[in-house]
Formats: sequence, structure tokens, C-alpha cells
Amino acid sequence: MKKFSVYFLLTLGAIVFLYPFLWMIAGTFKPEIEIANLNLIPQHFILQSYKNVFLKIPILRSFFNSVFVSVSVTLSVLFLGSMVGYALAHLEFAGKNLIFGIILLTMMVPFQITLIPNYILMVKFHITDTYLSLILPGMLSAFGILLFTQFFKGIPKDLLDAARIDGCSEFTVLYKIVWPLSKPVLITVGILTFMANWNSVLWPLIVIRQRALMTMPQLVTIFVVGGQAEGQLGTKLAAATLLAVPVVLLYSFFQRYFIESMASSGMKG
Amino acid sequence: MPTNFNGMKKLGKNRKKNNKAAYWMVSPYIIYFLIFMAYPLIFSVVLVFNKWDIVSPMHWIGLKNIIRLFHDQLFFQSLINTGIFLIIHIPLQIFLALIFAVLLNEKIAGRLFFRAVYFMPVVISGVVITILWQQLYSEQNGVLNMILFHLGLPKIPWLRSPSLAMPSIALMATWKNVGLYIILFLAGLQSIPKYLYEVADIDGATGFDKFIRITIPMLNPTMILVVILSTLGGFSLFIEPYVLTGGGPMGHTMSTVLYIYKEAMLFGRMGYAASLAFVYTLIIFAVVLIQRKVIEQES
Repeated sequence: MKKFSVYFLLTLGAIVFLYPFLWMIAGTFKPEIEIANLNLIPQHFILQSYKNVFLKIPILRSFFNSVFVSVSVTLSVLFLGSMVGYALAHLEFAGKNLIFGIILLTMMVPFQITLIPNYILMVKFHITDTYLSLILPGMLSAFGILLFTQFFKGIPKDLLDAARIDGCSEFTVLYKIVWPLSKPVLITVGILTFMANWNSVLWPLIVIRQRALMTMPQLVTIFVVGGQAEGQLGTKLAAATLLAVPVVLLYSFFQRYFIESMASSGMKG
Repeated sequence: MPTNFNGMKKLGKNRKKNNKAAYWMVSPYIIYFLIFMAYPLIFSVVLVFNKWDIVSPMHWIGLKNIIRLFHDQLFFQSLINTGIFLIIHIPLQIFLALIFAVLLNEKIAGRLFFRAVYFMPVVISGVVITILWQQLYSEQNGVLNMILFHLGLPKIPWLRSPSLAMPSIALMATWKNVGLYIILFLAGLQSIPKYLYEVADIDGATGFDKFIRITIPMLNPTMILVVILSTLGGFSLFIEPYVLTGGGPMGHTMSTVLYIYKEAMLFGRMGYAASLAFVYTLIIFAVVLIQRKVIEQES
């Protein structure tokens, strides 16, 4: 009896989460008048909604923009962030505690306060409406550095010393010895950074005006809010579905890593 | 042992070089911090005292931005809206996340499947979720009102009613985020030592007693985390009202971040927008500090 009620509630929950998504996908293949009904299988199967999206907005270009920006930012955070984390965890230098303190402090600064000054910075650098304005402000993250520092502290010093005796430079030690031992933290920081950038909309809305340079969530937002979708539900839903597909695909392959990374970010934050 | 000695000498030399390498390695952060954190923070204070549209020269106006801010109805409304969002979103989220975490903590088949399903909206872009819910909430033929209709209930003006619009957004945000908090609570539950429950069983405690006296107190660290994370999330509310309502009806879903965005990007009032952000940041700090104090005292 108890087992039954547990399954009943869990299944009810699963329906509440899954049904809207399935309804959305079904809606993209239905003619306009059919969308409102609750069926998950279209009576008349059409592709017009997707045609509309591809005709009206440069969605493939925006997909490329998003991939390029998110991958650049993620690689930068992994390479530069782990470098800073390594120095903080395993090297001695004057001012180390000061820098560590600054990193902890900046983690507490809400993004709202630096948003407008950062936009003005982009204007002064003359890089609004370029990829640089999307990439530069994300190239390092205090949180990423903190995760790297904590993880690297667990790697024994002797191992690093052995490599140094063999004549390795600190950079070689980091990328050849430490990195292969640090897959969990690289995956966590990688997923968190990639997801945060992929899903970011506010910053692109502020610095990018040219349609050809817009990120995917930004372009879809502008499309839906700006009235270009002309109130056609199917077309809006098709745009939303296309935006969801890349992340859902990634999620279905690396589901465990996504959940563990995002949960651990909460724990340590 | 000549080779070893050589190695030791090399190590000593490397230790000194160590220092130089260390500065190279932290230099990206120092540069990044100066440009994207220190400078913006200082500049935001400068902006508070100025009127500026980026194009024309900056114009010093003293405390006028701050004075104006304290008489700004829309700013106060945006704060109240954000407050309404938090007051509905946080308890609802904790309640639902706790229930599903407890259910998922049972030894049953298919746990991983349910966990994956509940977590899915967390990874999907807020833009997708908002476009989807715009249709679910649609008054004439949205899914929610169709279900109500089939049950013989009246239709609800989810987003059109000024008093319902913000709660509707809070409900949607709960649906999107609750998966993350289920996972956090689940981790919290699994870290409670089993013997506590065994001792309580010997004392003849009921399931409900155990939940109130053992589970809830032991989950306190997770509770603090969940409250603070969802508070910070609520204070960043932007894309949901931007897509769903544009801040309407009559400003009732205007979140503070959306208001700051509009002041800066639509009206070009950089000084005033920065002042809003400045005061808003102080409010965020105050709220998070108070929350921390209250929860810690209760435990």
C-alpha cells in the first residue's frame, strides 16, 4: 500500500514535468487550430511552424554563435581558472592570501551592481555587437577558481615534486600531471560554465543588437517578444523547441554529470 | 647518489622559479578582477552621483538620483513584486522539494528515471520554459484553463489579473527549479545517520514524529542553502516577466532587474539605473543576512 502511494505520487510528478514538454513538441507539428487541444498526437501532421522559424530568423547562425561563445568561455574558464586555482593550491607567493580573500569576496557581489558599468566598459572598448563582448566578461569565474583550488589541494605535493625533479615547468605540471587527475572538477566547472553561458539572455540583450550576432536564446526571445512570430503559437513553440533540443540532447547523454555538477555547485556555494 | 643530488638541486631551483611562475599563473585573475570587478564597482559609485546617457558628457547631480529613487513608485512596486515572488516561491518550493525528496529516498525501482525527469526543467533555458508556460497560461485556450474547463471549473486569468500575475510567475519558476532542490534535499536526507531513526523506533516514535524531530532539524544546513539559493534566484528575476508580461499588467510583474534594464537600455538613464542597482544590492545583502540569522537562531 505504501509502495503504491509512493509510485502514484512519483508518477503524478513525472506527468506534471513531462506532459508540458511533450505537448509543446506535439504543438509544433499541429495546425494552429489544433494546438489548443490536449492531444499529444497531431491529427494533421505539418512542418509549417519549423519552416516559418527558419524563414524568419537566422536560427542556425544563432546556434553557431551560441556554440562559439559558450565553448570559448568554457575553455577559457577551464584553462585560466585551473591555472589560478593551481597557483593558489600548490605554489607559494607573496599576496596569496589577499588574492584568495578577494576571490571569496567577489563571489558575494551580486551581478546586478556590475551589470551597467560592465556594459559601459563594452561601449568604451568599442566591442558592443562583437563576440568579444560576450566572451571577455566570462573568461574567468571566482567560483570556478574556488572549485579548482579546493580540488587541487587534495593532490599530493610529492607527486608534483617528482615531476619538478624531472624538470617540468609549473605549466607542464598543471596540464600534464594535475589535469589528468582532475577529471571530476573539470567536468563540474565545464558543465556549470557552459550551461550558465548557453542559457544567459540578459547580458546578450544588453550588448548585442545585430541579429546575425545574437545568441540562440536571445534571438528566440526577440522573435517571440518582438511580435515577429505574429501571434502564431506553433511558430513560437517551434522556436522554443529548437532552442531546447541541443541542451536536451546533451542532458540525455551526460545526465548523471549534469545533476551531480549542479547539485555540487549548490553545496559548495 | 649523484643523480638524486642533481634532482634535489633542480628542485631547489624550481622552488625559486616557482614564485615567478605563480605570478604568471595568477596574473589573468588580477587583470580580470581589475577590469571586470574593481573598476565596475568603483564606477557604479561614480554613476550614482551623475546623470549620463553614455553619448553626451557626464553631468554631476549630487544626490538627486538617490532622492528621486526614494520617491519612485515604480521602484517600490518592483521591490514589492519581487517580495511577492519570493514569499510564494520559497515556501512552495521547499514544501514540494521536501515531499519529492522523501519519496525518492524510498528504496524503489526507477528512482534514477524520476530524478532525471524532475531535473530536466532545471537545465532547459528559461526562455523555453517561459514560452511554453505562456501557452499553458493562455486565458482562452491554454492547457491549464482547458483542464479546468474539462473539470467544469471557471477559467482563470492567470497573467491578465494584476493580483494573479506574479503568483503565476512564481508557480512557473517553482516548476522550473524544484528539481534542483529535490536533489539537494535528497543529498541532505542521505547524510542523516540511520541510527537516529533506529533509536526513535525503539522509543516507539511514529513516522510523523520522526520527520518533525529528526529529519527536519537534520536538514537545517540544506534548508539554509535552499533558502539562500532561491532568494538570490528570485532577486535576479528577469527573463520570465520580460517574455511573459513585459512587466504588466499595470506594472504588477515588473521585477527590479527588469526595471533597471529598462531604465538603462530603453531610456538611457545610466546614472539612475546604476543608483537603482546600487540600492538593490544593499537590499539583497540585508535580506540574505537577516535570513541567515533567523534560520541559524531557529536551529
